[in-house]
Amino acid sequence: MPHDHPDHAHDHDHGLSPSGHPYRADNDEPLTYWQRMEIAVRELLIEKARVSPAEITAQIEVMDARSPANGAAVVARAWSDPAFKARLLADAGAASREMGFDIGPLNLIAVENTDSVHNLIVCTLCSCYPRNLLGLPPDWYKTREYRSRAVREPRAVLREFGVDLPESTRIRVHDSTADMRYIVLPARPAGTDKMTEAELADLVTRDAMIGTGLARTP
Amino acid sequence: MAERVRVRAMMPPGHVRAPVYLRGKEGVIERPLGAFHNPEQLAYGLSAEKKPLYRVRFRMAELWGETAENPNDTLDAEIYEHWLERL
Repeated sequence: MPHDHPDHAHDHDHGLSPSGHPYRADNDEPLTYWQRMEIAVRELLIEKARVSPAEITAQIEVMDARSPANGAAVVARAWSDPAFKARLLADAGAASREMGFDIGPLNLIAVENTDSVHNLIVCTLCSCYPRNLLGLPPDWYKTREYRSRAVREPRAVLREFGVDLPESTRIRVHDSTADMRYIVLPARPAGTDKMTEAELADLVTRDAMIGTGLARTP
Repeated sequence: MAERVRVRAMMPPGHVRAPVYLRGKEGVIERPLGAFHNPEQLAYGLSAEKKPLYRVRFRMAELWGETAENPNDTLDAEIYEHWLERL
């Protein structure tokens, strides 16, 4: 699918890259209102010596460094340590901080998938996502299509992600409408009894922690 | 026995975190979450008092009627107390 670009064969205006993709156009369009506002505020903060360019770059690097690997480590610990799992389900923020993850003031709730329950996370109002633990959300998470359909027809959405659940499985959709953020604790796959925590973490995908996927089987 | 509530069917202007698709719908308190600064003031840089926030659980049948995929599936959302009426 990623290489199905029917217009490739006819779009030679800017040529194609060696891998057969069109080059991205230069961003020559004028700045939007909010882009101008961001630049103005940033330059003012630097001029007034409230923050330095190096500090801003460092913070962007912190944000970019967060990835689903952080959440996967938390899940693998919960699978391996029943006492940690109990603490995670009681207060996911505190349990994540206990593992050394700097999740800031995030109010985090972990919801557990079992044989009979499957959880799915969405933010219908905007794009709330546990960024401090999973990094930036995937683009589809922010689309109107996902945000509207996840609450209206979660089973159809899950099937499109390749997750076909029986009617006997209770689906619980969680709409992050206010101050909480959510992470799904996926069910531990069968046949993983002898795996180490690090090996288990490799089975935990980003989508498994949003609820649009299941953990990989080894 | 979980406490039954209904989301108020108000349509005030401004930045509101109670989604329209839940207004007028009945559910049960899943858990209290504590008090948080009211986003309806916070969004405008106003001093915002703290309001109790709850997770409310709705059955899909309540939200979508007979067109629900599975009536017993559920949806949980965070709703501020001033948007809830006790039943």
